[in-house]
Amino acid sequence: MISKIIFYLSFWFDFNRVNVLVTLLVFFSFLIYFIGRAKKGKSLFIRRIAGLDAIEEAVGRATEMGRPVLYIPGIEDMDNIQTVASMIILGNVAKMAARYETTLIVPICRPFVVPVAEESVQQGYMAAGRPDAYDKNSVRYISDEQFAYTAGVNGIMLRDKPAANLLFGSFFAESLIMAETGFSTGAIQVAGTANIHQLPFFVVACDYTIIGEELYAVSAYLSKEPKLLGTLKGSDLAKLIIMIILILGAILATANVEWFRNLFFVQ
Amino acid sequence: MSLVDFMWMSIGALLTLFTFSYLYKDNPFYKFAEHLVVGVSAGYFAVLLYYSSFMPKVIDTVFRPIEWKYFILAFKQIKPEYLLAALKGSQWWYLVPGILGVMMWTRFSRKLSWISRFSLAFYMGIGIGASIPLTLQNYVLKHLTSTIQPVNFTSLTGIWRLLIVILVFCTLVYFFFSREHKGAFGASAKVGIWVLMIAFGAGFGLTVMGRVALLAERVIFLRDYWVELKYFLYMLFKYGMLL
Repeated sequence: MISKIIFYLSFWFDFNRVNVLVTLLVFFSFLIYFIGRAKKGKSLFIRRIAGLDAIEEAVGRATEMGRPVLYIPGIEDMDNIQTVASMIILGNVAKMAARYETTLIVPICRPFVVPVAEESVQQGYMAAGRPDAYDKNSVRYISDEQFAYTAGVNGIMLRDKPAANLLFGSFFAESLIMAETGFSTGAIQVAGTANIHQLPFFVVACDYTIIGEELYAVSAYLSKEPKLLGTLKGSDLAKLIIMIILILGAILATANVEWFRNLFFVQ
Repeated sequence: MSLVDFMWMSIGALLTLFTFSYLYKDNPFYKFAEHLVVGVSAGYFAVLLYYSSFMPKVIDTVFRPIEWKYFILAFKQIKPEYLLAALKGSQWWYLVPGILGVMMWTRFSRKLSWISRFSLAFYMGIGIGASIPLTLQNYVLKHLTSTIQPVNFTSLTGIWRLLIVILVFCTLVYFFFSREHKGAFGASAKVGIWVLMIAFGAGFGLTVMGRVALLAERVIFLRDYWVELKYFLYMLFKYGMLL
């Protein structure tokens, strides 16, 4: 009977990947625990991220110069977690822009991102107590094609001359083209992405760069949303466990103990 | 090369030169090339999505196989068995994403725009839900098992492995947000950021080489065009003289 159940289960369940399931369950239990703590109002410490002040500094500079702020949320769709984090940061940037009465321009690459960006910007203006200042044309769909979008964004940089370019999200080959154009216009640039291959370009061409996972930390820090704070704390605990496993694994592997390493092996 | 091919090559060469003209400064030629690529791509994607997605997944799978004769009879005579017969060949469940797509259009109405949030939530949920186990498997577990290796001080491989473990540890410390980077913890984080910068430097060099290769390809294209153009002008002159 049991063997029959296992036989039928094997169509739905990959027994070779049990360790992935266990890891997921452990990770989710951390998240649920910390989200619960955050919801109860317990203070969760997150260190200040270096590039965070730069965002407000950039918006402030644009205000002083009387020029717009350009926010580029990357070229990926809403099913990418980086775009989701970018939308949270966008809401906060919109709040700052509303407070300083600065024009905000948000060029979009994917149609699904347009409604989310519109709502984020609108919410930001409402949170700042300036719903009347919200301009529907601030969020602009450019093109689905990567380099057509890049050309469009470069055009905005050259003609509208934004004083601050904020690039947060998932970027690919267009990252250097955009960052270089922004640099040539003399704009202050703050960028953040978790795409490691594009980070070098942001590091060389932007004034401040938010590296990898810091992007999610920034969104949690700015929003103070319990779910995001809890997620960040949960992932910190997961990292701590990974560090322990790493050291312990290396020691055990040196002592010819293989079973520990094999626990995490995925085919 | 035929005349048609030559004309297309001329358009390509002209647009390449228009784009390169930006190296001098923003000008009408660059603006023309920029607007052309944005406009053409918008139209191209609309047509591409219609033929690669809407036609094969909605029209061909849902509507074309429907037996319309039975379908009409089902509603005229109110007989569900006719409806079943009408829908027999149709993969009607493809309508679900189709409806979700139509729901996105409710954004045009201020009163009904909330309906589009269901489509967005579904899309984001599916995308992120599918990516979490894959990310965990490919970016955490596979990297972890590759990093856990026996270390020693007697061979170069053993020392490299030890170095990798230490550097990965330090990089993870940099991405630890629950503690200030102070003391020994801060020193480890500093080593971590140095590791990242070295990796970025290597990545930058590699990609710049790739970009130079792209530039070389464009320069070769322009060189080939110059050869073709000279031949074309020569032929034009030759036949012009004959005439």
